[in-house]
Amino acid sequence: MTESALSHEIKARDLSPGRDRWSGALRSTAQGIGPILLGLIAGGILLIVIGRNPITFYGHILERGLFSWGGLQDSLTRMAPLLFMAAGLIVAFRANIWNIGGDGQFLLAAAIVSGFGPSIIGAYPGGLGLVILCVMAAVTGGLWTVVPAVLKAFYGLNEVITSLMMTFVGVNLANLLIKGPFRSQSTNVPQTDIIPSENLLPDIFGSRIHVGIIAALVAVVIVHYVMTRTSFGLRLNVLGANPRAAVHVGIDVRRLTIVAFMISGAFIGLAAGIEILGVWGYVRADWNPNFGLTLFALVFLARLNALATIPLVGFYAVISMGGHYAARKADLPDDFMLMVVGLILLFMTLTEYFVARRARRPAAPDTSPTVAHDASPIAALDLSPTGSLETGGGHE
Amino acid sequence: MADLSELRDPPVSAEVEADRPAVEVRGITKAFPGVVANNNIDLSVYGGEVHCVLGENGAGKSTLMNILSGMYQPDSGVIYIDGVEADIESPKDALEMGIGTVYQHPTLIPTFSVLENLLLGQGRGVAMDAKGALAGLKRIASDLGVEVDPHVQAGRLALGQQQQVEIIKALWGGSRVLILDEPTSMLTPQGITELMKALAQLKGRGLAVVFITHKLHEVLDIGDRVTVLRHGRVAGTLGPDVVHAMAREDLQKSIVDMMFGEEAAALAGVAEVRGEVTGHRSNRAMSREIALEIVDISVEPNRGEVGIHDISLAVRRGEIMGVAGVDGNGQRELAEAIAGQRSLHRGDILLDGATIKHSSVSGRQRMGLRYVTDDRLGEGTVSSLSVAKNLVLKRIGDGPFWNRGRVRDEAINECAVDLVHGFDIRTPTIDTHCGTLSGGNVQKLLLARELSFEPKVVIYNKPTHGLDVKTTYAVRDRIRQLAEDDQVSALLISTDLEELLDVCDRIAVLFGGRLMGVVENEIGAEWEVGRLMVGGDAR
Amino acid sequence: MSDLFTATFVAALVSGGILAGMPLLFAALGETISERAGVLNIGLEGMMLMGGYGGFVVALYTNYWLGLAGGIGAGALAAVIMLVFCVRLGLDQIVVGIALLVTAEGITSVLQRAQFGTTYPRLGAVPNIEIPLLSKIPALGTSLFSQPLIVYIGLALVVLVHWILRSTSMGLNLRAAGEKPQALDVAGVSVLATRSVAVMITGALAGLGGAYMSIVGAGIFVPFMTHGAGFISIVIAMLARGRAAWVLIGAMLFGMSVSFSTALQLVGVSVPQDVVNMLPFVVVMIALIIFARRSYLPAALGAPYVRGSR
Repeated sequence: MTESALSHEIKARDLSPGRDRWSGALRSTAQGIGPILLGLIAGGILLIVIGRNPITFYGHILERGLFSWGGLQDSLTRMAPLLFMAAGLIVAFRANIWNIGGDGQFLLAAAIVSGFGPSIIGAYPGGLGLVILCVMAAVTGGLWTVVPAVLKAFYGLNEVITSLMMTFVGVNLANLLIKGPFRSQSTNVPQTDIIPSENLLPDIFGSRIHVGIIAALVAVVIVHYVMTRTSFGLRLNVLGANPRAAVHVGIDVRRLTIVAFMISGAFIGLAAGIEILGVWGYVRADWNPNFGLTLFALVFLARLNALATIPLVGFYAVISMGGHYAARKADLPDDFMLMVVGLILLFMTLTEYFVARRARRPAAPDTSPTVAHDASPIAALDLSPTGSLETGGGHE
Repeated sequence: MADLSELRDPPVSAEVEADRPAVEVRGITKAFPGVVANNNIDLSVYGGEVHCVLGENGAGKSTLMNILSGMYQPDSGVIYIDGVEADIESPKDALEMGIGTVYQHPTLIPTFSVLENLLLGQGRGVAMDAKGALAGLKRIASDLGVEVDPHVQAGRLALGQQQQVEIIKALWGGSRVLILDEPTSMLTPQGITELMKALAQLKGRGLAVVFITHKLHEVLDIGDRVTVLRHGRVAGTLGPDVVHAMAREDLQKSIVDMMFGEEAAALAGVAEVRGEVTGHRSNRAMSREIALEIVDISVEPNRGEVGIHDISLAVRRGEIMGVAGVDGNGQRELAEAIAGQRSLHRGDILLDGATIKHSSVSGRQRMGLRYVTDDRLGEGTVSSLSVAKNLVLKRIGDGPFWNRGRVRDEAINECAVDLVHGFDIRTPTIDTHCGTLSGGNVQKLLLARELSFEPKVVIYNKPTHGLDVKTTYAVRDRIRQLAEDDQVSALLISTDLEELLDVCDRIAVLFGGRLMGVVENEIGAEWEVGRLMVGGDAR
Repeated sequence: MSDLFTATFVAALVSGGILAGMPLLFAALGETISERAGVLNIGLEGMMLMGGYGGFVVALYTNYWLGLAGGIGAGALAAVIMLVFCVRLGLDQIVVGIALLVTAEGITSVLQRAQFGTTYPRLGAVPNIEIPLLSKIPALGTSLFSQPLIVYIGLALVVLVHWILRSTSMGLNLRAAGEKPQALDVAGVSVLATRSVAVMITGALAGLGGAYMSIVGAGIFVPFMTHGAGFISIVIAMLARGRAAWVLIGAMLFGMSVSFSTALQLVGVSVPQDVVNMLPFVVVMIALIIFARRSYLPAALGAPYVRGSR
């Protein structure tokens, strides 16, 4: 055989998958700025249309979210549950599992934690009670994914729909629990008993930020490591990139689907746990912070790179905390930022398209002279509806 | 093969204008990133003859065909239709200009009836002219000499019949040119004969037939005019006067020379380039030990499949057992059942005498049972992962590549470098995304992966499909070598009869999901195989 | 328990079922057309919301027919996003669908607040058409045969959609686009154009469904008022497997799961509000579980079409 063109030229340049390095995280963040700016501009235009001043509006957001010590602490506090949820979403999305039911998992876990909270804290004082409650929260979240997970794994049923249905059921079930067996007898407002603040999660010395944020950051780093450096993570990535290949190479797809779905739910449940145990100590009926849908945009902007979610979630926490303040000041519903996030998501798909189109020309052509491409160049562009974000980085 | 020379020149009707080509292209060039698929091609297609465009896989035939049928637009060059310059912007344009195409892969919609398939694209908004369509169908079918039931679901038709419908579709608007892209790849020997007869009839009516193929014997059988493509250029053209004058062996030799130039001698033994296709007996001494045994297995079919029923087969150690059959008769189900990707409804599978029925896919891989899938991109590799990762994709979690779940890149890279070298995989680096590799190199990657770490029994599913001749040669060589030197048994599934006759010791034939028989490879085996492929009497 | 089958209960169940089911019917018919053509409209709920708000505002200033037309227009406008991003550019249908939904929720909520502040202006009731004789049947008479004209139009739409898909050239093209777009392309019909038309029709119908909700159903517009109706419609379309008659049955069944609790309350059985809210979705889940194996989707659903690829 003719001498192979590579022999000693093969270098282990780590380009694949580019998005998984911390440099990929930086790149994702940078590329995320474009859609964010576009979204903010579009939001600003809408503000003008309805007669508000966008500069003041955004100014208020920064003022409240970032530039005041109180606001900054609130933003950091807000980051904790969001990071846990983001971790949960990443585990699912990397396996091409669209766990849209996050809100249901979150609220049910919150209800369980607040419902059993007072008694468990009473029975197991100190940190132990808190740990037990966190475990319960995670288990609740995980269990609520079982039905959509099994339906997907065994019947191929689209989990976008099933998990969303479960959200509606879960939200109402949580309310039933809060208004029913978990209802506090000491007040007329339908809510659970309040856990006294000295029994909640401790704060980081001197500040109002509870330690949940540290746990969240650790969780995100662990998820990143598992996703990029372990066999479990690789199996998950393969499942997400090409489910048929996953079967072919011997991955137990059904089991992995269910496991990944449940881990995702567990992280989301945990998010609820530390939010209740760190900030509130109780849950009011009909409360729903609606983190789920809006977090999608962030997770995609981060290209499913867990490290990249940290700055992006930080950004979202700022506009979330500041946004409430700014909206009230401008006499707008809180849902204004919801719209901006939706627009950001739309702009993000557009920038993905243009980035992928530019990366389409493979830099290093095949050195074998006898083979013409049997597929059109467009087919090499991975715009499949499944892992549409796979080829973003490091396309050679 | 029967002597089809009489089909080569039936009486030509007087109205045919033999001096002006129906379609002519000059200077056609089309480039894709990294390769020039068509390089300054001139071609003339005349009515009343079969013009064969011959070239190995990758020579540029498909690209040229796609340009003529309107799928692609050339980068430069001119197209003349009936002497008038024309731009073919879309498949619709091509049809309107009288060029009908039968593609290699079926374009019929399986859930539609034949009539609905023909009506597609004919209506204006609301109304559908079913009566007119039925009349048209009858007319063209009789021109072809075939009969088709308009109301049957297209997916239920045999592949040969589906192709007939495709031809009818291509001729629908009154086409004067019929392009056929590798039409025999899905047919039995008998089906091929019928196709040739139909083409002869069409030719007799003045139709210009462009027959694209990579098999030399087909050209010898049916071609009036031959154009050979090589590396995207025209290597040579032989007009009817030359083709009809030369003796068969001389014609074969000149064409092979055009196809391969200096390398012609080395590659003359490859099945596709031989003048004839027939079986031959190998004189290998073979062990009597049974490596793989399939006992009475049945598999439930999915939608659109036939499943497999009560198949029993034994493959000896070091034997190459072929599995022949028209595509879609259970080959995939069989392969996946043995590999473990599908569960058995009934029956058992024994590897080295021990049952593996309950082993998982990865369990069977560890025991030495390997599966080289035909679906290279859809199932065999993950395009967004690197070449290195793809090479160890079936060993996720195993040492030395993973240590307690943690990846060890040095071990993976070392193995990858070895395999890339050993199997001549052309890739810039081992970290290149697998999706940028060409088909041939992906196939080499699959082979490298499956054939490493001591395989015992390997299932090959269409391993040389779409590959150029050199790579094809190398792959078949490797299969043979593994069987002879290392006693690796092979189950070679292929729709390519030439390949099976070239490589296998015995050939099993599938039809409708059942095993029709097992044929010893010897002179004349192709007839028995062909008979069984269409459901001849079971033994 | 015999109270359950009194005239009051049945009447309330059926008329409430129609009220709740019509939006589902329109949206699910639209989704059926899209799905047959190979486009999965996860953003259907967003189109309904846009239609709900747009239609309501137009109706407020003009009349209810123009309002419904306004809803159609607003829904179609939202569909343009789906069209450009998914059909033309080939971007991920699920991500764009979610984005569409979130944006629509935000926009309608903001606009509603901007326009009406904290008040919720009310529309007058929509007039019914009484079919003579039939509407005099006890119990079912008023509920089935005394409905606004739009309901009968909706029923006619079912027949129309069925006929279009089965017996027209356009229907053939739509189905081809969903089963095997390559075949359609080869036959000379633009796959992109076909899918674009399908998506626009879906948007129009979803918008009509949303407008029905706000104009006929509730008489007001409340942010997020669709409350999952879009997704229920997607499920109905999936389970109906492209057959218009089943879409009708599914829509009415799910509509009745919504009105079931109201009807119960009318006969004196009180049910907690959260159970009321939960019921339709529980019914959907049960239906999905029972019919899990049998949902059939067109082969090319969800995959963008690129000429030359396989």
